[in-house]
Amino acid sequence: MNRPIRTLSVGCLILFVALMLNLTYVQFFKANWYNDRADNRRVTEEAYSQQRGDILVGKKAIATSKPSDDTYKWQRTYPGGKKYAPITGFMSFSFGQTGIERSQDSVLSGKDNKLFTNRLVDLVTNSEPAGGNVELTIDPKVQDAAYEGLTALGEDVQAAAVAIEPNTGKILAMASTPTYNPDKLATHDFGAATKSYNQLSKDENEPLLNRSIQTALPPGSTFKLVTAAAAIENLGMDGDSMVYGGASLDLPGTTTDLPNLNGTSCGGEQITLTHALEVSCNTAFGSLGMELSDEEMQEQAEGFGFGQDYLDDIGPLAKSQYPPNDGKAEQARAAIGQQSVIATPLQMAMVSAGIANGGEVMKPYLVDRVTSSSLDVIDQGNPTTIDNQPAVSQDTAEILTQMMVSTVDNGTAEAAAIDGVSVAGKTGTAQTTKDKPPYAWFTSFAPAENPSIAVAVMVQKSGTERSEIAGGRLGGPIAKAMMEAAIS
Amino acid sequence: MSGFTPASSMPVFVHRSRRGAELVLLILALAVGIGAYAAVGLGVKEEIPVDIVGYGTWLVALLVAAHIGVRLLAPYADPVLLPLVAMLNGFGLAVIHRLDLSRPAAEKADFAGQQLTWMTIGVALFLITLFVVPDHRMLQRFTYTAGLGAVVMLILPMLPIIGKEINGARIWINLGPVSFQPGEVAKVLLVICFAGYLAVHRDALALAGRRFAGIDLPRGRDLGPLLMMWAISLAILVLQRDLGSSLLFYGLFVVTLYVATERKGWIVVGGVLFAGGVFAAISLFSHVRVRVLTWLNPFDYYPEPLNGTSSEQLVQGLFGMAWGGMIGRGFGSGQPWRIPYANSDFIVPAIGEELGLTALLALLLCYGLIVERGLRTAIVARDDFGKLLAVGLATSVALQTFVVVGGVTGLIPLTGLTTPFLSYGGSSLVANWVIVALLLRVSDQSRRPLPTAPSDEDLAAEETQIVKLDKGALNK
Repeated sequence: MNRPIRTLSVGCLILFVALMLNLTYVQFFKANWYNDRADNRRVTEEAYSQQRGDILVGKKAIATSKPSDDTYKWQRTYPGGKKYAPITGFMSFSFGQTGIERSQDSVLSGKDNKLFTNRLVDLVTNSEPAGGNVELTIDPKVQDAAYEGLTALGEDVQAAAVAIEPNTGKILAMASTPTYNPDKLATHDFGAATKSYNQLSKDENEPLLNRSIQTALPPGSTFKLVTAAAAIENLGMDGDSMVYGGASLDLPGTTTDLPNLNGTSCGGEQITLTHALEVSCNTAFGSLGMELSDEEMQEQAEGFGFGQDYLDDIGPLAKSQYPPNDGKAEQARAAIGQQSVIATPLQMAMVSAGIANGGEVMKPYLVDRVTSSSLDVIDQGNPTTIDNQPAVSQDTAEILTQMMVSTVDNGTAEAAAIDGVSVAGKTGTAQTTKDKPPYAWFTSFAPAENPSIAVAVMVQKSGTERSEIAGGRLGGPIAKAMMEAAIS
Repeated sequence: MSGFTPASSMPVFVHRSRRGAELVLLILALAVGIGAYAAVGLGVKEEIPVDIVGYGTWLVALLVAAHIGVRLLAPYADPVLLPLVAMLNGFGLAVIHRLDLSRPAAEKADFAGQQLTWMTIGVALFLITLFVVPDHRMLQRFTYTAGLGAVVMLILPMLPIIGKEINGARIWINLGPVSFQPGEVAKVLLVICFAGYLAVHRDALALAGRRFAGIDLPRGRDLGPLLMMWAISLAILVLQRDLGSSLLFYGLFVVTLYVATERKGWIVVGGVLFAGGVFAAISLFSHVRVRVLTWLNPFDYYPEPLNGTSSEQLVQGLFGMAWGGMIGRGFGSGQPWRIPYANSDFIVPAIGEELGLTALLALLLCYGLIVERGLRTAIVARDDFGKLLAVGLATSVALQTFVVVGGVTGLIPLTGLTTPFLSYGGSSLVANWVIVALLLRVSDQSRRPLPTAPSDEDLAAEETQIVKLDKGALNK
């Protein structure tokens, strides 16, 4: 009977090996799959009670974990409050994470492979694993200026302001209103957190939205910068080239015309391109839009970042778009930032930043440095361009800069003028329906000769009159305050 | 036994008793058990438990008693088996204690204390078994009694009054203050019955009968009692809704039959019958179907139950093991209280969470070693009954481990069984200590030096004896 017993022992060996292999699969190879499941309370509670790293602006933490004596050992708090809420996002038990809390979760929670050695040290020294810190590119003074400017517009005004350092792509400010208090969502009082969340998500002003990257709207006249760029690049124009400046532009194939906002001419049948930008002449840019091919316009828009995903550090990003147009009439409307052209405030800041940086559009980034809990630098943000080739040539960028400076000095963008500093800017107004006020846009950079900041401000819904907006009176002063904060 | 010389001229391998080795291994096993108990205290309460001296002393006393018992009653028994089960039992106690500590204050319980009592009973029965069974061959006399006993044991829970249903399985009986699972006793009795019957009938089963489709079919009258035995136990178990035991008994039956007859055909027949049985059970019984469905798609039944079925236990176990990873969270740092019944059927995931894959692989290795020592005993056993008995006992450990560990780790559908020696559960612990005692008994018999038959020289050396005969006797 020994032969079958030997066979049996091999059979038993197979059973035990199968158990061991399966255990290895469950506990090693598939462990992350189990650990990443949202319905795994062990992991969610652990994440929630863990000491996460800080989110820092300068030396100041805008999100940090402080010891808590309830069930969960740490409470996430947001010293940055409402001002920084669109950037930090929130870390809640029941409603997940948003903003940097979400995009940089692996670093903040200490799970990131960049922190592997630190984890190993924590394991050996038996100290509690701590997350890494995330240092942002934000300049607190610019952020202050942006937030104060936006809140001064009024309680429920839907608006956003964003600032970029043109030669690096560092995001210097990112503000959005109305905003919220992230502490109310992160609280361990889950009942209160749920109540706050429901209130915020039902609010028609959508305070949980980070409008500077998540709201893409028709950019209106600010888009004329892109049209001007395409005209200079493709039609060999410069600031003194003459363009059509009549009161109204006949749109072929339609019964409607494209009029100027006030119904008059832009200062003559033929005006210079510079003057067309100064007065934001619809008929001039509409006719340029028809003169250029749709492909040329599209290529120019994409050069500045339209249709691209260029933001890795925070999300989700609403994509800015210049969709193909069917006819000349549509091209004319698209050329003045209407039709189906949409852009986020960040995108319009990148248009200005690209012009300011001699045509090179830098990839915007928000995470400057990642440091371990013992403050060793583990990762650093690197300036890169969004494309291999510049959006416009250096010469074109210089012409556009001159035209934008002139728009501030002599034209519609005068609200952004700063004493002793040459500022380049452009206003914008985009039509919505007749009964709703239009969106107000403003984009600018300064100093024009050696730009250190590019700004875009968007006011989506305010209670003010239609005519007032066109003059850049809403966005201009905010952009000015932000630029002043950066330059001083 | 240095003074021993083999009886025949042929050199015969002589096993040493190896009791010293057993003692050294036992000390290691005690270090694991008591060390784990201290680690639980340190991990959960950040202090060494105050009762560790009393606890440790008791554990040492039990195992020293077991060791002395083996020295006296089975001096040639396998030296590895006792330390292995001592380690598993001691480690299991520590884990059960850790799970006691994780219970909310309102549900405070001392399962570890109860388990220690059961372990004491188990060790006592271990010693009693070694004492009352000086030679395993005497058990063969009770072949049919054991079979009848097993059936009675399996019927007991079905009776009114004493029978009790817990969690849908009617496998318990009430004995005053304690509940008992007679199925665990039935397991040992069935092994004896199978071994005894097959030792006698193996030739008839293997040789007589017709050959059909390449398989030698035995005569009906040889097979009859076995098939009946099998059908009765399975029928009762399906009625009792205890899938794990059905699987275990059936597996034992097929394996013992295969080893006895040395015919692979039985594995084929057994496999076909098993597949048919599984198919029938899935289509006939909803509680079997549910087990298969939750095994295939556990996340359809979690976190919200589907059609009244929840896979909470299985999923929490898997989450726990994944959470533990390679080296575990450490005693006191996991959340094993999330797994319902972590101290009985689901003790393996609870260990996996806090001590990781490393600990579970080590434990599986220990089980593997127990099975290996058991099968080794079967190989060196000198009689058919001894071989079959050892095979049955070793296989019962192997199958039970596979069914329960495979079930809780998602390798096979979940069936309720306890993890031998680790899980909380008195009946199982006591029955497993008896299994070890029987294995040691067979092993002692087979490793013991052969009794010396006097050789020719010995006989020649002796003087011729004159036997005086009684006159009266002659005249009769």
